[in-house]
Amino acid sequence: MAQTIEGSCRVKLFEYEAKSLAQNLGVLTPRGAVASTSEEARDIYKRIGGDVVIKAQVLVAGRGKAGGIKFASKADETRDRAAEILGMSIRGEKPRRILIEQKLVTKKELFVSIVQDRASRCQTILASEQGGVDIEQVAKETPEKLVQHKLDPVFGMRSYDARDVALKLGYQGQQLNMLADILSNLYRLSIVYDAELVESNPLVENEDGKFTAADLRLIIDDNSLFRHPEFQERSKEVSAEVSPLEAKARDRDLAFVELEGDIGIIGNGAGLVMATIDLVKKYGGSPADFCDVGGGANADHVAAALDVIQSSEKVKSVFINILAGITRCDEVAKGILEVKRVVGLKKPLVIRMSGTNQEEGKRILSSAGLTTLDKMDDAARLVASGEST
Amino acid sequence: MIEYGTRIVAGVTPGKGRTKIHDVPVFDTVNSALESHNANASIIFVPAQHAKEAVMEAVDAELNPVVVITEGIPARDGMLLLAYAKERNTTIVGPNTPGVITPGESKLGIMPGSSFAPGKVGLASRSGTLTYEISQSLTHSGIGQSTCLGIGGDPFTGLDFVEVLKMFREDPLTESVVLIGEIGGSAEEDAAKYVRDSAYPKPVVAYVAGRAAPPGKRMGHAGAIITGSEATALAKIESLSAAGVKVAEVPSDLPRLLQGQVPALQH
Repeated sequence: MAQTIEGSCRVKLFEYEAKSLAQNLGVLTPRGAVASTSEEARDIYKRIGGDVVIKAQVLVAGRGKAGGIKFASKADETRDRAAEILGMSIRGEKPRRILIEQKLVTKKELFVSIVQDRASRCQTILASEQGGVDIEQVAKETPEKLVQHKLDPVFGMRSYDARDVALKLGYQGQQLNMLADILSNLYRLSIVYDAELVESNPLVENEDGKFTAADLRLIIDDNSLFRHPEFQERSKEVSAEVSPLEAKARDRDLAFVELEGDIGIIGNGAGLVMATIDLVKKYGGSPADFCDVGGGANADHVAAALDVIQSSEKVKSVFINILAGITRCDEVAKGILEVKRVVGLKKPLVIRMSGTNQEEGKRILSSAGLTTLDKMDDAARLVASGEST
Repeated sequence: MIEYGTRIVAGVTPGKGRTKIHDVPVFDTVNSALESHNANASIIFVPAQHAKEAVMEAVDAELNPVVVITEGIPARDGMLLLAYAKERNTTIVGPNTPGVITPGESKLGIMPGSSFAPGKVGLASRSGTLTYEISQSLTHSGIGQSTCLGIGGDPFTGLDFVEVLKMFREDPLTESVVLIGEIGGSAEEDAAKYVRDSAYPKPVVAYVAGRAAPPGKRMGHAGAIITGSEATALAKIESLSAAGVKVAEVPSDLPRLLQGQVPALQH
């Protein structure tokens, strides 16, 4: 199966947002509206009537299994179900809004996804006539039912790409053309919004033979946000997937992931920080975070990282591991002393510094009574044993 | 780079033409630079917003290879620039790479030269500072390097481990290879498959960062995220070990692993 690069710290859109963007590009979606109170939900029911589905608007996956999707066929019932959902916590995320939609009479549920395929360096369409289920499972158990179609990275999806996929999903005649149109429109959505992922599961074949995107996920590549200023703030929003400490760190432009343990970790360069975490764990310590100040970090980056990490209650000590290349050890030392001067050093530190301007960095720190180690192994062992330098 | 011995003949920054920096003339476009200077390679530091076109400009001017240091290029631009270069048979190193260094001779990159020493070990890595960490420990153990190269921390990169392994295979100055991998993607699995299927003739050792990384979280590099069982460090270590690649438990074990003084990680 094509490998996707879907992550939890990207800009994910809510279903109702994704659907509204898709509608503008000609994708058919169920009739409905979004509400933030149960009374609003009731009013929306009155406009739609019949059988409706009430869906929690959350960013975590697995909302259906967690009870975040309910059905109703009366106005008061809609209000009550809506109230239930608004009072729920879905895998740690409290829904602030609900989507009330007309319940579709489905003939078949399809799966359609447009992903960025690392191995092939292009976008790939993944589709299956077995929608509504976990697609990883389809890929594993019945791989022949998973259609994979690579798209040329320069020319993109051409109409015959879309028809090829529709054909492989078993459609012909007018339906083949209708499904191909929807695929083309979903592809346009992926291009217009620099989407890492566009996924409709299920994409429903209705009784009348038309296709409707019953669910829609859209994840925007956060490196493209300079082209999408309307979503820029979203990358910093706090959701259940981003802890308050992570939000605080991201506000200060740090690459930060909170972990379970009690040893704060700061390093420069993602690979080095991962290796540091692995080492601390090997020696019996438990890292509290992944914090990368960047390969070219300066005093401010280091100060910001130390400031954020020592504000965490659970952190008992902090390990700073710097391999200086573009970054200079004296800059790192100044960053540490800046924190000491402004708010004080609140946790025991273990500092390892090596590389550019190492001696100058050591001198600055020792004048403030702080010592450093040269080797990452020694430092990791020390911090894991609960001591400091 | 100039200090290290690389012959940098020209710089290109739009609007800065007819100026000089470190005695190197600066031009507004790549073509205008090439009218008066011979160059055969390019290194790109252009901000992510404009990186795609900067790469295309270098490719159009037939500079090869093109080393892309820039981090944070949108994935779509990454795909486009790689497709553009491939069509024109140009090698892209990166994006999001520290570059390439042949110790003692020259470098096209931003790595600190002092971490490297001339020798016979080829090194390919997905990371920057971890590469310096490991090359430094090799150098301190008396193990020099033939060429060290960062394939880049982005999800979409030009050269990958397999292509670098092929180059090291043909390189008479390289006797063994160090791979530095991390979680995410399938570069390590692909490398393992290639080593096994090609009965790779030179010893390969590896280190994979991120054994303690939680799934679903992106660890700094845009490419470092575990999605499903394939991308975990353990799965990568298993594939590599099964292909006969010796995997080090900690970075500092690599020198001794190369010298056969410590056993490889077992899984």
